[in-house]
Amino acid sequence: MTKGHIHSIETCGTVDGPGLRYVIFLQGCPMRCQYCHNPDTWEPGIGDEMTVDEVLKSFYSNLAFYKHGGVTVTGGEPMMQMDFLIELFTKLHEDGVHTCIDTSGIMFQPKSEEFMKKMETLAAVTDLVMLDIKHIDNEKHKILTSHSNERILAFARYLDEKNIPIWIRHVVVPGITLYQEYLEKLGEFMGTLNNVQALDVLPYHTMGKVKYENMNMDYPLKDTREATKQEAVAAKQIILNAYKKAKSFKER
Amino acid sequence: MEKNWHSNWDGFKPGRWSRTGVNVRDFIQENYTPYEGDDSFLAGPTEATTKLWAQVMELSKQEREAGGVLDMDTKIVSGITSHGPGYLDKDLETIVGFQTDKPFKRSLQPFGGIRMAQNACKENGYEVDPEVVEIFTKYRKTHNQGVFDAYTPEMRAARKSGIITGLPDAYGRGRIIGDYRRVALYGVDKLIEDKKEQLATSLKRMTGENIRLREELSEQIRALGELAELGQIYGYDISQPAANAKEAIQWVYFGYLAAVKEQNGAAMSLGRTSTFIDIYIQRDLERGLITEEQAQEYIDHFIMKLRLVKFARTPEYNALFSGDPTWVTESIGGVGIDGRPLVTKTSFRYLHTLDNLGTAPEPNLTVLWSTRLPKAFKEFCAKMSIKSSSIQYENDDLMRETHGDDYAIACCVSSMRVGKEMQFFGARANLAKCLLYAINGGVDEKSKVQVGPKYRAVEGEYLDFDDVMDKFDAMMEWLAELYVNTLNIIHYMHDKYCYEKIQMALHDREVKRYFATGIAGLSVVADSLSAIKYAKVKAVRDEDGLVVDYAVEGEFPKYGNDDDRVDDLAVMVVRSFMDKIRKHHTYRHGVPTMSILTITSNVVYGKKTGNTPDGRKLGEPLAPGANPMHRRDTHGALASLASVAKIPFRHAQDGISNTFSIIPGALGKEDQIFAGDLDLDRIGGECATCADIPNIMDSIDAE
Repeated sequence: MTKGHIHSIETCGTVDGPGLRYVIFLQGCPMRCQYCHNPDTWEPGIGDEMTVDEVLKSFYSNLAFYKHGGVTVTGGEPMMQMDFLIELFTKLHEDGVHTCIDTSGIMFQPKSEEFMKKMETLAAVTDLVMLDIKHIDNEKHKILTSHSNERILAFARYLDEKNIPIWIRHVVVPGITLYQEYLEKLGEFMGTLNNVQALDVLPYHTMGKVKYENMNMDYPLKDTREATKQEAVAAKQIILNAYKKAKSFKER
Repeated sequence: MEKNWHSNWDGFKPGRWSRTGVNVRDFIQENYTPYEGDDSFLAGPTEATTKLWAQVMELSKQEREAGGVLDMDTKIVSGITSHGPGYLDKDLETIVGFQTDKPFKRSLQPFGGIRMAQNACKENGYEVDPEVVEIFTKYRKTHNQGVFDAYTPEMRAARKSGIITGLPDAYGRGRIIGDYRRVALYGVDKLIEDKKEQLATSLKRMTGENIRLREELSEQIRALGELAELGQIYGYDISQPAANAKEAIQWVYFGYLAAVKEQNGAAMSLGRTSTFIDIYIQRDLERGLITEEQAQEYIDHFIMKLRLVKFARTPEYNALFSGDPTWVTESIGGVGIDGRPLVTKTSFRYLHTLDNLGTAPEPNLTVLWSTRLPKAFKEFCAKMSIKSSSIQYENDDLMRETHGDDYAIACCVSSMRVGKEMQFFGARANLAKCLLYAINGGVDEKSKVQVGPKYRAVEGEYLDFDDVMDKFDAMMEWLAELYVNTLNIIHYMHDKYCYEKIQMALHDREVKRYFATGIAGLSVVADSLSAIKYAKVKAVRDEDGLVVDYAVEGEFPKYGNDDDRVDDLAVMVVRSFMDKIRKHHTYRHGVPTMSILTITSNVVYGKKTGNTPDGRKLGEPLAPGANPMHRRDTHGALASLASVAKIPFRHAQDGISNTFSIIPGALGKEDQIFAGDLDLDRIGGECATCADIPNIMDSIDAE
């Protein structure tokens, strides 16, 4: 049995997928997003080592609560622990439980045969992917996360081919992503896909700050203000309008 | 037409309720109209409602400014007919009646104890009339005095140290629900006739028990007569059944009003009236007598009255139960044993008062929740909960098995069949303190006085689980016996000196009496035992060798994380204490039950409890009810609830409470930001460019 490195478990997840979710936070992430509010999940190889059965014990004993929901795996970056994730979802899939991955997509390696083999297995037991597109502009993406976004966008296209529904998550940060041009570009990209089921715009908040302080780390966005709800609503609308426009071009 | 038929019943379907005697449940089952639709039919407040409520808000403001009490009666001893009529605005009120001759004036209720009545007045700058004081000191004994005449020194010591706590020996026990619906359905005359029949047919072998019953029935008959008189004070003849919806609500309210005029109980709950009243509203609507606006107005005015129930309370009472609560609990919804939901349009109308009058903690609107409630009603409840945070939920699927489908909740969680069962409220025993007594051989950790039996205290540096469990078991055995006997005295004296005659008049003669006990500090005990079992707990002693603190070395599973290792300890403690309670004689054949319930009093109990082996420090609040200790549940709400849900209902039948608050953002997506089920046709329009939203930078150059 593969053991996962678990950061924590939230038994009453209400915002990480449809219905009530059993949310498993896996430990370890290669991204270094400037606004990350869970820096304590970055370091891989630490956290509680647990088997699939141990992780799911509380889920199965309270199954009745999750009948309109399911299990969401997030992190950290859940796809850093592919073998564990596959084992977990295979079991849940056999039991008819709705499975969801909340990922940045950064682990996607279309050129690696070994990875793609695992990816196929995982895709077969995954019902939903929440794909967090940090920045649509590649250069800005590199500044924001320390990685290119090419793999991420490729992952979105791969999921489209596989007909796996996705929710696009996008954090709007004043001065970083909160620009009409970027939002429209994001909407246009979404318009090239046929599997987008929902858009989840998240206004940037500074609640993560205190964790950086506790961990004696510098908070990179010290001078950036939070996004307002009004801005998030407007951003959503801009993205959706661009999405619609791109779609209607495509259909023509 | 059948023999006993009353013309005010025309249009109702007859049944056992009309043929063979008092049977409100049968009336409901034969006549109610289940409603599966949504809330779109509801009407807003009428002008009269808005005006009256503005008046109430103004009076509330004055009351707050006056320090919490606006006016008190210091001379007239409150009784069913003690006061003339009182109004907010006679011309606007459709449902009338106050406890005294004006709203916001608290009544004088000395039968529970004259000193308590005096203290309540003094606290607010009033003085009870000397003549009243003389009467209730020299000539008329009170409940409180009776209790203290009979208490043993051991009981007094346990009460003082707080191992038994919150006892209703200095305030009214409450928790009795009269079946106020009977007044509307049958009229007072019929109820008196019924009681007379009960008296005439009761046993004539004059044992203490039978004598008491005969005396009580006579008291009840007198109280019903006074109830009819109360109607007359307000210009109503309630001797006959209610003829329409307005009368039905008014008759029910008079029944309830009589109760709160007579008793200053810790919880004066209303029962389960919405579906009953719906039958009358439905009949009037079908006959074209009233409109939806009027129906809602009656309900709004009724609820308004229930919000204005007030009692004079002592400072000690207020410390225990903060927020001036009255627990006018009304149970709404649930499912019948035939599978039909008991949700009607009036269930919606009751909850809708939270919109029409704004939110309020009273009446304590309690939804009896079942998975089988109609979806539209569930959605409405959710909507109103989000809006108002003022709805309590209880598990109907669980309680229906024990109580059928015509039970109601008294106070917060105590379930009982309306008019057929009552309870003797018994506050609670502090099990956290009991554990400390076990460790210290009955010596109180705060006062250092020997309160419990002088058993052998724990020895050595580290606590040993088996040793502590043995001692804890023995100490619980002692506590259970002392506790039950203390309650026996209290209820004997309450019946004797402060009998709830109108409430009991609205019960059957043969009443099942629950003998309600309770425990506090469950999660502290579970975590403490877990710490002793799974970590190492070092005893820190004072100069006399008394264990006064604990050093926990290592990790241990904590209650509230769905971890059987510790949750099983909580279950074991509940079962074990309940079994010990069951061993003892109870007053009037009371059926022992237990609650794990504290809503605010856990703070006071915490102050009285020293350091505990789980690492909790002296004075820190205990967790409320069956809640896990604050911040020790680290796996989210469901795991926390799952731990609580393991507590067996049959060993805690008087209710298991879990206080739970959650910020709206944690309940789901913000619906304006999140766009689910993307539908191209519905996108667009609202904000074509960001020009309308100045905060969005429209060009990257703006960097």
